[in-house]
Amino acid sequence: MQSLLADKYDFDTRRKVTKTAEGWRPEIWAQFAELGLLAAPFSEELGGLGGGPIENMIVMEEFGRHLVVEPYVETVVIAGGFLREGGTAAQQEALIPGIVGGETVWAFAYAEPQGRYNLADLTTTAKKDGSGYTINGYKAVVLGAPWAQKLIVTVRTSGGQRDRDGVSVFIVDKSAAGVSTRDYPTVDGRRASEITFENVKVGADALIGAEGKGLPLVEKITDEAIAALSAEAIGCMKELNTATVEYCKTRKQFGVPIGKFQVLQHRMVDMFMAHEQSVSMTYMVNLKLGESDVERTKAAAGAKVQIGKAGRFVGQQAVQLHGGMGMTDELNVGHYFKRLTMIDTQFGNVDHQLKRYSEAA
Amino acid sequence: MDMRFSPEELAFRDEVREFIANNYPQELKGGARRSRGEMSKEDILRWHRILYKKGWIVPHWPVEYGGTGWTITQRYIWNEENARAETSPLLPFGLSMVGPVIYTFGNEEQKKRFLPGILSGDDWWCQGYSEPGSGSDLASLRTKAVRDGDHYIVNGGKTWTTLAQFADWMFCLVRTDPNVKAQEGISFLLIDMKTPGITVRPIITMDGAHEVNEVFLEDVKVPAENLIGEENKGWTYAKFLLGNERSGIAGVARSKKAIERLKNIANAELIDGAPLMKTDEFSRKVAELEIDLSALEVTELRTLAAESKGRGPGPEASILKIKGTEIQQRITELAVEAVGNYAMVQAPRMEATGNEFVPGPDYSTGTAQDYFNMRKTSIYGGSNEIQHNIIAKMVLGL
Repeated sequence: MQSLLADKYDFDTRRKVTKTAEGWRPEIWAQFAELGLLAAPFSEELGGLGGGPIENMIVMEEFGRHLVVEPYVETVVIAGGFLREGGTAAQQEALIPGIVGGETVWAFAYAEPQGRYNLADLTTTAKKDGSGYTINGYKAVVLGAPWAQKLIVTVRTSGGQRDRDGVSVFIVDKSAAGVSTRDYPTVDGRRASEITFENVKVGADALIGAEGKGLPLVEKITDEAIAALSAEAIGCMKELNTATVEYCKTRKQFGVPIGKFQVLQHRMVDMFMAHEQSVSMTYMVNLKLGESDVERTKAAAGAKVQIGKAGRFVGQQAVQLHGGMGMTDELNVGHYFKRLTMIDTQFGNVDHQLKRYSEAA
Repeated sequence: MDMRFSPEELAFRDEVREFIANNYPQELKGGARRSRGEMSKEDILRWHRILYKKGWIVPHWPVEYGGTGWTITQRYIWNEENARAETSPLLPFGLSMVGPVIYTFGNEEQKKRFLPGILSGDDWWCQGYSEPGSGSDLASLRTKAVRDGDHYIVNGGKTWTTLAQFADWMFCLVRTDPNVKAQEGISFLLIDMKTPGITVRPIITMDGAHEVNEVFLEDVKVPAENLIGEENKGWTYAKFLLGNERSGIAGVARSKKAIERLKNIANAELIDGAPLMKTDEFSRKVAELEIDLSALEVTELRTLAAESKGRGPGPEASILKIKGTEIQQRITELAVEAVGNYAMVQAPRMEATGNEFVPGPDYSTGTAQDYFNMRKTSIYGGSNEIQHNIIAKMVLGL
């Protein structure tokens, strides 16, 4: 993986790719599949390599270092996670090979404009319709959706708008009648869609898990996504810290390398500690994903708070210490900073996760 | 200090408010929120030209050069009203930077030649200070000017030059004596951007805007009469200019308006069905920001009061720069937090065709890009680290 990324995922190539109309490289995705990366966290019975969170973590840290835009989290961690944890044997057999082989790309349509980070705040509905369901509603900022063929969609099948009960999870083909998408770029060089569902018919076999009982599964899988994003974030921070220290050793002002100034030394020490603490929380959350809901929630919320705060600090200071150069599109520093900013937003920012942590404790 | 307005001052405020309401171009509404990197040259200049016609383009200049003769309170009201109406900020390069240098240190000929174009907006100025090797250590600059008869021949390069792509003129720090202490061999030259040998290359910043440039100077022939003041005394004029830049940078009135907008966003954004602004954690962050800004507002008024007693902007102006930019950055940071998922959307900027699909509420558009863009404020105008050094050395005597 490291040599593939070193060869094919240098910063200039990545920068050019994110500016093309497609915004990603299907051929790189195919190479990830060939390398077995897309199979890593699945059991051998399902055609995987028998890994788990630790394998995800290793992959994601490298992806963070290279600012990989391809939808590993959406496809392997999230869609793969839903199928692994909640899918029937038939669903697993039908769909996991497509993930492992790199043929199917997935996106996770969960957020709604009014819902902010509350996974249960849903106005998109699925109503029983003969043997299947009819889905109506709207999903916001669905990352990676322009590249996807299939969607995991959270809906309300019963209960009030924010009830914990009554949440269900469906598999929907993006090409199904009634699904319409509008695509746009995101600030970290990725792509997302707004998705409208208008009388979209799905069969009973599109339901993942029990009807109306989907929220615990959604929470578990988003925590797995948070664990993966934490690993990505530590990859970003590591690169920023290395680049900043290197720059401060070579950039001379007032006749000396600016790294000789104590105020900047202490700043870089703080950046170093922010990264180390984030590494610790990333290990912790990835090791605790299998524990009780309360323990897992605390670990994931805690990790997200840590990487949110550390990512902001390291990102801002890396830009600051690079001076004007840090502001440019040409240098990778700003791109890591932008990605870290988006990671804080994804699945709930620091405030949201602090609240979640304190409510779980 | 009395912050209450007298009846005369209230009448002045009404006059100013009415003038802005009647004369600020409708099509530029919200101009304060648009990045200059995405506006046309004429759009950036329109409000300038209207104010020039009215005679209100340089309230901070002496009356003899075009100033309005307003009191400090009137100038304060003027800034407040412009912020309130969210008018496009005027470009500082001519009006606040080189203009005061020219009327303070220039000769009569130079005043006659350059001040009218600065006032009318016919001459667009850019700032030739930073170089690739000289940022915080500005005095180490290497762009050199060699006297050759009645000209200087300039060679070197400048960077981070804001809106140089539109500029007619550049005020430029050049090295005229390499054999003395760095600060003592610098001169202040005015360079016509149409002179052969000048190349402007865009620098795209991480928010996707083209606001800054590199400027290359190769055997650029500059008439000696474009030298301001004395040769090798340029550092004095440069510091005078930076002092003005620092005090202008506080941006109190604009930040007030920006906090108001932040509150509107936080009132519109819902968290479990209730406004985000009603949550303790967010409202306290906004309260903290407002308190910081009130303190800065009074600190700025204290500085202005000292200035009106004839003491120029001293090293204290560094406080305004540090605190002002920290507040501006914090506002955009909280806006990103407030907007939530839609902060991830990339608003079309320089490549915009006008047909792009931009999802989310209007107020969310470009929030993250503004946040990224504002990181520049603690870097430019003398980085905030340098401002700390100035206070440590000049104020605390350390």
